[in-house]
Amino acid sequence: MTLALIILRSLRQHLFSTLVTAFSIALAGGLLMAVWIVKVQSQATFTQVNTGFDAVLGARGSKLQLVLNAIFHLEASPGNVAYSDYEFIKRHPAVKFAVPIAVGDNLRGYRIVGTIPEFFREVEYVPGHTFTLAAGQLFNPDAKEAVLGSFAAEKLGLKVGDVFHPFHGLVYDEKNQHAETYTVTGILAPSNTPVDKVVWIPLHGLQTMSGHDPKAATDVSAVLIQLRTPTAGFMLDLMYNKQGNRLTFAYPVGAIMADLFSKIGWFDRVLTLVAYLVAFVSAIGVLVAIYNSMSARRRDLAILRALGAGRLTLFSAVVLEAAAIGALGMTAAFAIYGLIVGGVAAVIRVQTGIRLEIWAWNPVMLWAPIGMILLCGLCGLLPAWKGYRTDVAANLSPIS
Amino acid sequence: MNPLLQITGLRKSFVTPEGQRKVIVDLPAFSLAAGQQLALRGESGSGKTTFLHLVAGILAADAGTIQVAGTDMTGLSEHARDKLRAQNIGYIFQTFNLLQGYSCLENVLLGMAFGAGVDRKRGQAMLERVGLGHRLRHYPRQLSTGQQQRVAVARALASHPKLVLADEPTGNLDRRNAREALALIRETCRENGAALLLVSHDPEVLAAFDEVHDFATLNRALQEAPP
Repeated sequence: MTLALIILRSLRQHLFSTLVTAFSIALAGGLLMAVWIVKVQSQATFTQVNTGFDAVLGARGSKLQLVLNAIFHLEASPGNVAYSDYEFIKRHPAVKFAVPIAVGDNLRGYRIVGTIPEFFREVEYVPGHTFTLAAGQLFNPDAKEAVLGSFAAEKLGLKVGDVFHPFHGLVYDEKNQHAETYTVTGILAPSNTPVDKVVWIPLHGLQTMSGHDPKAATDVSAVLIQLRTPTAGFMLDLMYNKQGNRLTFAYPVGAIMADLFSKIGWFDRVLTLVAYLVAFVSAIGVLVAIYNSMSARRRDLAILRALGAGRLTLFSAVVLEAAAIGALGMTAAFAIYGLIVGGVAAVIRVQTGIRLEIWAWNPVMLWAPIGMILLCGLCGLLPAWKGYRTDVAANLSPIS
Repeated sequence: MNPLLQITGLRKSFVTPEGQRKVIVDLPAFSLAAGQQLALRGESGSGKTTFLHLVAGILAADAGTIQVAGTDMTGLSEHARDKLRAQNIGYIFQTFNLLQGYSCLENVLLGMAFGAGVDRKRGQAMLERVGLGHRLRHYPRQLSTGQQQRVAVARALASHPKLVLADEPTGNLDRRNAREALALIRETCRENGAALLLVSHDPEVLAAFDEVHDFATLNRALQEAPP
């Protein structure tokens, strides 16, 4: 209790340096936790999200590009797949369900993707969940109707019954407006998958949009595939990728995304290293702040010694004070963490439709504060040693 | 019955900046009975502060024995001397040495914290006794010098010490405050059954005591030193 009083009063007596050093600890700790969790969460999320599909069939090219384009609605389509190829794989005995998609248009920056209504009715985007409508109904596959992902609908400000012109291309350019108009018939409930940021229209509608090449009017951009058994994927992989040379079969989706993360792994290792360095530097800041104030504290330490306090008591008071600054900083670090990860999550949501769980439990939320508090305590050892050696007799009467 | 404080053959020397060993205190014998009040006449530089630091156990002696309340301090570790000081000795300084970051009450409580243990009621009662019952939450800088020394007196006596050491306690006070502070120290020591060992060079302070010793005659280090 006396120790607590000494620590509290000392923190208050050096309030400015307490707050500044605690703030730098907060920034460093917040950054460390943010880098860590964004890395872990995005990796976990992006390798798990496959919107219910095991594989993607597309034009010859990069598997990663196929997955990014067909599942995440990022990147351009590498080319087209003939309708006959779609028909073939749809009937293949190893394939449980095949969904064709066509891309190439946008609505004010949000992708318009053509598909079949079965996609919404039959696909479990996570086990046990099919897509549900928050409002309205699915489009008629033969009409100029659209169903909007929840995020796209919210950002575009569209509701059931509204009418819009599609724009040509994946990038919004107001000069490229198509002549057709589409009517919104439904809004999907949020699924926290890339489906949320897409404007969905019938496959036929996108294929035959005015200005699109009539020769390619039956082609699709890619086919999303559910397999009957996982091993069937390797058979199709062999058939399309090794023996064939027209098409690419991207399988398994999770492994392709994991491969992407391992390719850019050096990047978040650098980020993590920087975060560790920042944490270390901020702990050094605690050391310097307390060390510099030790000269001013010597008189107080000498007085406390004269009142009977032992050297060890005062030594631990300084170490604990440094740790307390660490604890104060790490409490505030959660606010900094919330700001950083909140911002990152918002960007990821806009880009991919995927929602990161900001406050999901992760062990880093325990070991980062504990580690930082211990590090600060460690940094308190040097000034504490300086205080430990304080010459009581010499510091009791600084006057005269 | 043994006296409260008994000193024999006490020696303390320092190494000067020139590298020579200089004897500061050389005291063959000194004693003080429980409850006794004694003043030592000493000019500044006579080694009287060093002497009080030795008695308080803040400094370790080179040779000799210092018995406080039946315990020989010279054989003890620093930690044991800290404990002995916390439990038996109250210290009043010329410069008050109040802790600026702590309220008056907290200063007094810290006087008890390492010895008898914190007792809020006792702390408040002591501040009331020295006339500062209405200044418990004030900070030292908000008080006059006379009031600050009264807080220091309350702090020194709060932990029921058997011996109070006072080093020029009135040196920084004006004449009226000095007289009041001295009277307060003597009264509170008497009320709490504490012996008082006071050093001063102020004739007016010394005149108040029945027993006054000349530190220069006690301390052989001064007699040996060249004039």
